[in-house]
Amino acid sequence: MANKTSLKTEFTKGLFKENPILVTMLGLCPTLAITVSLENALGMGIAFAFVLLMSNIVVSLIRKIVPSEIRIPVYIVIIATFVSIVEMLMAAYLPSLSDSLGVFIPLIVVNCIVLGRAEAFASKNGVLPSIMDALGMAVGYTMILALIASIREILGSGTLTIWGSLVLDINKLFGSNETLPIFSSFFISPAGAYLVLGIIFGVVATIRISKERKQKMLEKKAEEEKKAKLLQEKNNQQLNLNKGAGE
Amino acid sequence: MQVLSWLIGAILIQNVILSRFFGTCPFLGVSKSKDSAVGMGLAVTFVMTMAATVSWLLYKYVLVAFDLVYMKTIVFILVIASLVQIIEMFIKKFSPSLYRALGIYLPLITTNCAVLGLSTIVTDGTYTFLKAIIYSFGSGIGFLFIIYIFSILRQKMETSPIPEGFKGIPIALITACLMAMIIARFAGVA
Repeated sequence: MANKTSLKTEFTKGLFKENPILVTMLGLCPTLAITVSLENALGMGIAFAFVLLMSNIVVSLIRKIVPSEIRIPVYIVIIATFVSIVEMLMAAYLPSLSDSLGVFIPLIVVNCIVLGRAEAFASKNGVLPSIMDALGMAVGYTMILALIASIREILGSGTLTIWGSLVLDINKLFGSNETLPIFSSFFISPAGAYLVLGIIFGVVATIRISKERKQKMLEKKAEEEKKAKLLQEKNNQQLNLNKGAGE
Repeated sequence: MQVLSWLIGAILIQNVILSRFFGTCPFLGVSKSKDSAVGMGLAVTFVMTMAATVSWLLYKYVLVAFDLVYMKTIVFILVIASLVQIIEMFIKKFSPSLYRALGIYLPLITTNCAVLGLSTIVTDGTYTFLKAIIYSFGSGIGFLFIIYIFSILRQKMETSPIPEGFKGIPIALITACLMAMIIARFAGVA
């Protein structure tokens, strides 16, 4: 039933067109809270991807068995199960990441995005499209988390760290061993999170509005051209008729 | 005195919205009018206090006692969902006026991460029973306080000249940034 191109669109729609953070503006709590460092953002992205993927698969498998009156509680229990699995795995194998993400790992349960995908997509589609949908959404989500976290980490301390190794140190580029005064811990504080996210949303909305305006202008232009063409054709016809009458 | 410092800590210093980032969705979604902000805030306070109390008792006397701590998240979310249902039925029967005020906000609370977050925090082992109750109540009041102020600000924003792209959520987030800076100053108080 599902061919290759439709599977591909299920994946790519999560990246920009239906990006869970930028477009639906859901699940903002972890987006604001854990984006203090790129490492946290990637860790959260992996945990989120696992939960979304597994819950989408299971929900899609049982979609014909579950009575629709109790589907939401069933989905929540499924999601909570996978969240508990992630929580335990992380505490066992990545204890430092688990500490810094803290309560936001169990809070994936009430993340509107996961429940939203289960309800809006996996409960109506087959397993394969649901997998692609989950992967696309997870990549889109992680991308935006990583973007916000990178901005906050760089502006906050001038450095960027992944898995314990320094990737980028702007302070060193300027020959200084200490954090330069232009970088302020404001961006790592809660207030900085709201500011960065607000500006990102504002820029995205501005781009969208200007694009829509351009689209409308183009449409208007095309319509005018069409009208002009029609008018010309009519005139030509008239001319031909007149000519015919004259002869 | 101890109780007072817990309360102030929960309301201002570790404010659920502005320093813990819990419940950002209702904070941005339900703050368009004063009435709905107050309704949501009261409903959250009510459910949060009840949920944290029940979770604390269940955690201590059932989960720890029977060595089932790994079931924590699943148990808490079920507790919150059923608690919301029970509270809804209860106030529908005994106080129709309260139900009219809070009714539509109650189902939304099940997926409010502030409630599950608070239940998880008060069961981390450092909270006594009294502190868990006071702290969750204070957090609810903190939520109500901030969402109320924010709703007033947003009503003012409706008539302000804001660049088109920044209308709505973006400017709300930037306003929240300014509020978070103020709240962060309270950290020196206690």
